[in-house]
Amino acid sequence: MISAGIDIGSRTVKVVVVSERHTVKRIAENTFDPLSVCTSLLEGLEYDTITATGYGRHLFGQHFECNIISEIKAFSMGVRAVAVTSRTILDIGGQDIKAISLDQGGNMRKFEMNDKCSAGTGRFLEIMALALGCSVRGFGELALTADNAENVSSMCTVFAESEVISMLAKGAPRNEIALGIHKSIIGRAKSMLQRVSLEESLAFVGGVSLNRCIVRLIEESLGVRAYVPDAPQLMGALGCALHGLGQKEAAWESL
Amino acid sequence: MWTDLGLDLESHDALLGILGQAYQDVYLSQKNRPRGMQYFDFVMSEVHGLRIKELLDAKRQGRPVVGAFCTFVPEEMVLAIDGVCVGLCAGAEFGFDEAERYVPRNTCSLIKSIFGFKLGKVCPYIESVDLLVGENTCDGKKKAYEILGTLVDCLYVMDLPQMKSDAGRALLKSEYTKFMAKIEEISGKEISLQNLRRGVQIANNKRKAAHRLNRLRAANPAPISGLDALLVNQVYFYDDPVRFTDSVNKICDELEDRIAENDGVFAPDTPRILISGCPMAVPNWKVPAIVEDSGAVIVGEESCVGERGTQNLVDVTADSLDGLLDSIVDRYCRIDCAIFTPNESRLDHVKQLVQQYKADGVIHYCLQFCQPYQMESGPVETALENSDIPVLRIDTDYSQEDVGQIRTRVEAFIERISAQS
Repeated sequence: MISAGIDIGSRTVKVVVVSERHTVKRIAENTFDPLSVCTSLLEGLEYDTITATGYGRHLFGQHFECNIISEIKAFSMGVRAVAVTSRTILDIGGQDIKAISLDQGGNMRKFEMNDKCSAGTGRFLEIMALALGCSVRGFGELALTADNAENVSSMCTVFAESEVISMLAKGAPRNEIALGIHKSIIGRAKSMLQRVSLEESLAFVGGVSLNRCIVRLIEESLGVRAYVPDAPQLMGALGCALHGLGQKEAAWESL
Repeated sequence: MWTDLGLDLESHDALLGILGQAYQDVYLSQKNRPRGMQYFDFVMSEVHGLRIKELLDAKRQGRPVVGAFCTFVPEEMVLAIDGVCVGLCAGAEFGFDEAERYVPRNTCSLIKSIFGFKLGKVCPYIESVDLLVGENTCDGKKKAYEILGTLVDCLYVMDLPQMKSDAGRALLKSEYTKFMAKIEEISGKEISLQNLRRGVQIANNKRKAAHRLNRLRAANPAPISGLDALLVNQVYFYDDPVRFTDSVNKICDELEDRIAENDGVFAPDTPRILISGCPMAVPNWKVPAIVEDSGAVIVGEESCVGERGTQNLVDVTADSLDGLLDSIVDRYCRIDCAIFTPNESRLDHVKQLVQQYKADGVIHYCLQFCQPYQMESGPVETALENSDIPVLRIDTDYSQEDVGQIRTRVEAFIERISAQS
């Protein structure tokens, strides 16, 4: 049995195909036409069943025969496959933050998710990086070079951007502003984790977990280690693929 | 008729267009609805038509029309003098730009909607009433009525207690006594033990029909969708009470047959959800539509438009007008609205409803900036989760911009309660 999982997020589309023999992983930037991105990403892949999640899941479901699950379930399954004992998951993606708490058996106990405002998500960091003339990849590294942080008080992307511009105009060092921006989003993630009750051990996934500065700040503010799997953006797609296999938990080491 | 009422015809047509489309998408597209819902479809199609004509006819016959925004307005007193009591809906995002000239941006959607409808000149109800009753519930509404009073000339504001103490009860009785006098004044008729008792009986019968419908929703498979039951609860506020009661009882007869045949609108063991929190006025079907489209069924509403508004009857056995007034006060004092402090009876009621309707989880629904219910959402969540009842809190408004996020959360919640049951 070959099972595919597709996670159609706001910024990227991810595909994972699993079978007994091999794993395929693909990732592409999303565009204004998510369906075409999905089609080209799935090109040439063979599978018996496909499960979709992410913002585009229902659109995908209208055009492909598939199972549909929520991102929260997909991330829970994906994370438990690579981190069997994980009880708390923090997922920061393109436009959402989710905090999920699992019981010992890996069943979802509680979750919190942002409402319509995407403050403190990947998109926020992207726009702030742009304002500082920095690449998304290099943004966390830039922040890590600072010893002090500017105080960025706005949660709203639009307000924060103008706050950053006025800091630049005052001559504040770029890396200190970058660190301030990183710090500003930690509070939101922390309060969500506390609301679902933070159990040992924390897995941090989603595109933003690739940012080393955010990982370090999360660990410092919570006082716990955060486990970041090798391909943290793929956890939703992996969870989907495993859902299709009907596998609740399987240590997934090949990823 | 519309021009006489001073409506803005173009905006009114636009509103009806949106309403009609929403009704088509949310209601008429449902499968396996009870036949008796056709009556409610008809009521909805005539909500800005025949029903308004009925109200205007009533006025011509000297029967006053009283508009209200709250379940604390004692309908039985209006019915006693053969008047008409209509709930004003305030459930759509209409004219908010205009509304925000009068009330702050961070005002709940329901209050903004009252202003939007008035300023946009699209609500034939608000334009038809002889008396518009405001009530001092939350701070938002209290202050909003001060401003609304500058826009309408028939506003009457009723004070309400904040505690269910002896003093609170005495305040409610004195306010209801004043309201009774006001009704006598606008109708020119006297309220007597006999006619008030008749009013109480009409209102009680309406409540009994709602209770009967609620009890039938405990069946598995659910015999009626939560959306349809919500619509019945919404129509409760503005239809002719006797005709409404008959129509609900007819649906109940049909549902009893369905239950006997083990027939339902959704498959047996579909995840069952109780909604608790702020009222959902017509046409606010946003969250229920998402819930039922995501594979769950709503089996009850702990809401003013639902159980909180319809629960408990007035005892009609009193043999004096004052005695009957006391019974009315007793009944209304038991409404567990979040403006009361403390409000523990609400927690008990939510738990009791979960059991009664065999709900697998509760969605606590709040309008943003509705301080009383938002404040209570934490304690409600804690109390329920401590009793192993899963809870999802949703804070939202009348806009459509957060539908994607709400859908994700509702789907995940349904996955959670499905895994547990």
